[in-house]
Amino acid sequence: MPVITYDKQLYQCADGETVLQCLRRHGVSIPSSCESGVCQTCLMQGIRGKPPALAQQGLKDTLQVQHYFMACVCVPEEEMEVVLAGADITHLLEVEVLGKEPLSDDILRIYLKPAEPFDYKPGQFINLYRPDGLVRSFSLASLPQREEPLELQVRVLPGGRMSTWIQDEMSVGDKLAIKGPVGDCFYVPGKPQQNILLVGTGTGLAPLWGIVRDALDQGHTGQIHLYHGSYTADGLYLVDELRALERAHQNFIYMPCVDEAGAAEAGDATIGRADLVALTAIPDLKSWRIYLCGHPDMVAVMKKKAFLAGASLSDIYADPFVYSATDNASKADS
Amino acid sequence: MTQSLYEKIGGEAAVNAAVDIFYRKVLADDRINKYFEGVDMEKQAAKQKSFLTFAFGGPNNYSGKDMREGHKHLVEKGLNDSHVDAVIEDLGATLKELNVPDELISEVAAIANSVRDDVLNR
Repeated sequence: MPVITYDKQLYQCADGETVLQCLRRHGVSIPSSCESGVCQTCLMQGIRGKPPALAQQGLKDTLQVQHYFMACVCVPEEEMEVVLAGADITHLLEVEVLGKEPLSDDILRIYLKPAEPFDYKPGQFINLYRPDGLVRSFSLASLPQREEPLELQVRVLPGGRMSTWIQDEMSVGDKLAIKGPVGDCFYVPGKPQQNILLVGTGTGLAPLWGIVRDALDQGHTGQIHLYHGSYTADGLYLVDELRALERAHQNFIYMPCVDEAGAAEAGDATIGRADLVALTAIPDLKSWRIYLCGHPDMVAVMKKKAFLAGASLSDIYADPFVYSATDNASKADS
Repeated sequence: MTQSLYEKIGGEAAVNAAVDIFYRKVLADDRINKYFEGVDMEKQAAKQKSFLTFAFGGPNNYSGKDMREGHKHLVEKGLNDSHVDAVIEDLGATLKELNVPDELISEVAAIANSVRDDVLNR
């Protein structure tokens, strides 16, 4: 019978026993409720060994590929090391700064080279550690399959401790540390014909830039509509790259949007909030896959609206950029 | 062999088909949607799946205690019989949309109704 490792202890499963039963029999308490593989209260993650498919039924695909499972219906088929869902399974990794370049007046792109192989999905995020210990989260915009260096997009905010330091002091060759990857907002292959809507505000474009290129790289054939919203036209970046991607891929559509206040200089951009413009253009989202990144209010409201417009909750992937209370910093916007 | 209610409705596949429709109806229902504001939608959907599995007579580990604790803060905000009625009505409309026969809908409604006192902490 398989052995389960949990919190550095080994537990022998009896024949036909679930992970929940086994741990409980050994006096380990795991939160649970329905105990029928439905409510996900006993959600755990396998960090070694693969959970059986039955134990993952009904979980979002981004959770499945990260080996999440429900302990109450998981009869392990092989040795597994497991942790409670949400446990931190990442470790610190040294990175070297390879480059830094402006993307707009206040947005920088930085490139990092990890000291050892680093596995991640475009759209996930990492925590970046400054030598003095200051930490901020940034989304990964690069593609691991292309062996690109890790790419982060940073908005420099007045008073943002990390972002002003990155702009003014961090230089090529500096050694920093990262921890990650974290997050469930990324592309999972398997439904190449499904239409995809992506809505991002500000540097919410960073994960979406990774996700769009990842989907195209993996041969996605359904339509891919990207709406990028900014208060002003200055905040629209990667415009030329996105237009080039549009020319190269018939199924990719890029829609930059600028708020009414910035209408005078909007150029080609549509006037209006990106989420509202998208919903007006695509009012029926039944069977669409949705990615939402950026301002937390936009993400929360659009998640509900997309669901009410017909998208299945299991097809909605969201990454709200939460602000740091101390200096108005946030994931990517810091 | 007689089929259970859960089997007649279509088992887990029926629960999966029903959960999005049901949750959408609840969110669009002005009588009750204020009680769902600001909740984590994924967690809420998982809870609703448990509830639907239970109401369809499926495998569950129903505990009145969980239902009581889960709704206590809502009862304090005014949750009452009319709101439970609305939920059961939305549940019936969901099943009707999925072409479940009326007599089975009545059975589901009766199971859902059986937890009314737990939900309302009476």
